[in-house]
Amino acid sequence: MLEVVVKLALVAGAFALLPLLVGQAEHKVMAHMQGRLGPMYAGGFHGWAQLIADGVKFAQKEDVVPRDADRWVFKLAPGVALVPYLLVLLVIPVGPGGQVALDLGPGVFFALAVMGVGVIGAIMAGWASANKYSLLGGMRVAAQLMSYELPMVFAAASVAMAAGTLSLQGIVGEWRWWWLPWQAVGAVVFFVAGLAELRRPPFDMPVADSEIIFGPYTEYGGLRFALFLLAEYAGIVVLCALTAVLFLGGWKGPFLNTELGWLWTLLKVGVLAFCVIWLRVSYPRMREDQLQKLAWAWLVPLSLAQLALTGVLRVAL
Amino acid sequence: MSGQEIVFTLLGVVAVGAGILVVTTRRLVHAALWLVVSFGALAGGYLVLTAEFVAWVQVLIYVGAIVVLLLFGIMLTRAPIGESADLDSGNRWAALAVAAATAAVLVTVLVMGFGDRRMPLHAGGGSARELGAGVFRTWVLPFEVLSVLLLASLVGAIVLSRSDIGPRDSGTGPRKEDG
Repeated sequence: MLEVVVKLALVAGAFALLPLLVGQAEHKVMAHMQGRLGPMYAGGFHGWAQLIADGVKFAQKEDVVPRDADRWVFKLAPGVALVPYLLVLLVIPVGPGGQVALDLGPGVFFALAVMGVGVIGAIMAGWASANKYSLLGGMRVAAQLMSYELPMVFAAASVAMAAGTLSLQGIVGEWRWWWLPWQAVGAVVFFVAGLAELRRPPFDMPVADSEIIFGPYTEYGGLRFALFLLAEYAGIVVLCALTAVLFLGGWKGPFLNTELGWLWTLLKVGVLAFCVIWLRVSYPRMREDQLQKLAWAWLVPLSLAQLALTGVLRVAL
Repeated sequence: MSGQEIVFTLLGVVAVGAGILVVTTRRLVHAALWLVVSFGALAGGYLVLTAEFVAWVQVLIYVGAIVVLLLFGIMLTRAPIGESADLDSGNRWAALAVAAATAAVLVTVLVMGFGDRRMPLHAGGGSARELGAGVFRTWVLPFEVLSVLLLASLVGAIVLSRSDIGPRDSGTGPRKEDG
């Protein structure tokens, strides 16, 4: 009983802390990459308290619901967007020997299914705002999810086939270093599709701030908007953790797997999160038709090819 | 009643209640959102019956894909905020009769087939392994027949949506191609 409580507390702590760390890293990494200062004043040393200041600002703002909005759906949407990522964190193993809050049999399917639900929050927000820009954004969110969910599931299924299990713990247990080249295509497809599902640049057409003014979130302010932002960063953490666990061997490192397993996982998550920020700084936003083309003409065939390769090798070995 | 049965009954009530709200609400998008609740309760029902894999696939496919597709369709055509007066058609009583009749048939089949026979649940009975063995060993023929049905609907959708791939009109009037 105590073990469960401790684990849940740890997951809650990670859920509260890791997204903020990613957010702070984004401030700093973007500033360095683009040769600008970034936040430097709040808190004194290199603006370390900027996120806290942001949080205080968000909490102070008035909670506004537009007159024509659908009140209930409008208010519910941030929660629907955020909670699924918390649930996914429950099943992600950080270390060997039961270092996971909830060891679920079909863990991969649980993670993907619940992540998909999070997107409904953005769609709800887009519709309930009673704003044409929000509606456009909501539509783009839905279109994006529909095209990128398929390659994501295929890529994850390829690893599950290779490991012969759907349990995330089992997959890491089966993982060997030569899976890196074997599942490389699947890893790239999974990561790119995940980025698109999170609507991160360069796949941020649904929230394109310079043309539809943040799409589904246009009418949101204060804490509810902060919840959406938190959902985005929590989504980055979850995506990076899933990619690390599925494709990069989770807690397996060059040495001290059992003792330092959790550190390897965190390190891989950190490196992947850095890549997410790096991509945001490097690439311009893709157009809607380019987005759809990338999904259907590249990612789906690639993931199918990966599935075939996995199947052939699995039978041959 | 055991705890399991109570939870299962509650989930069933939620699923049916949300289902009724889907067809009676006067707000179009709310109908799609109530469908999410209904599907979610159904997935919970599978979970109680130890069918873990089916439960999460239900969430992945129906909540994550089908409802999103529905919402996309509604938003693409019309997404009115507030109540729409034209959601009811004159067929509502006929629809009610059909729904009641379908339910009656299904309940009769179940009662005649199983009566009050009880099946013991054992953990892992609905796991991916068991399910895969069932589908691809015992029930492989129905499974393949179903995939042919899906293929037919896929071809039909392509034929319906791509009007430019049919035979060209050669002055003899429009010819219809069926999928």
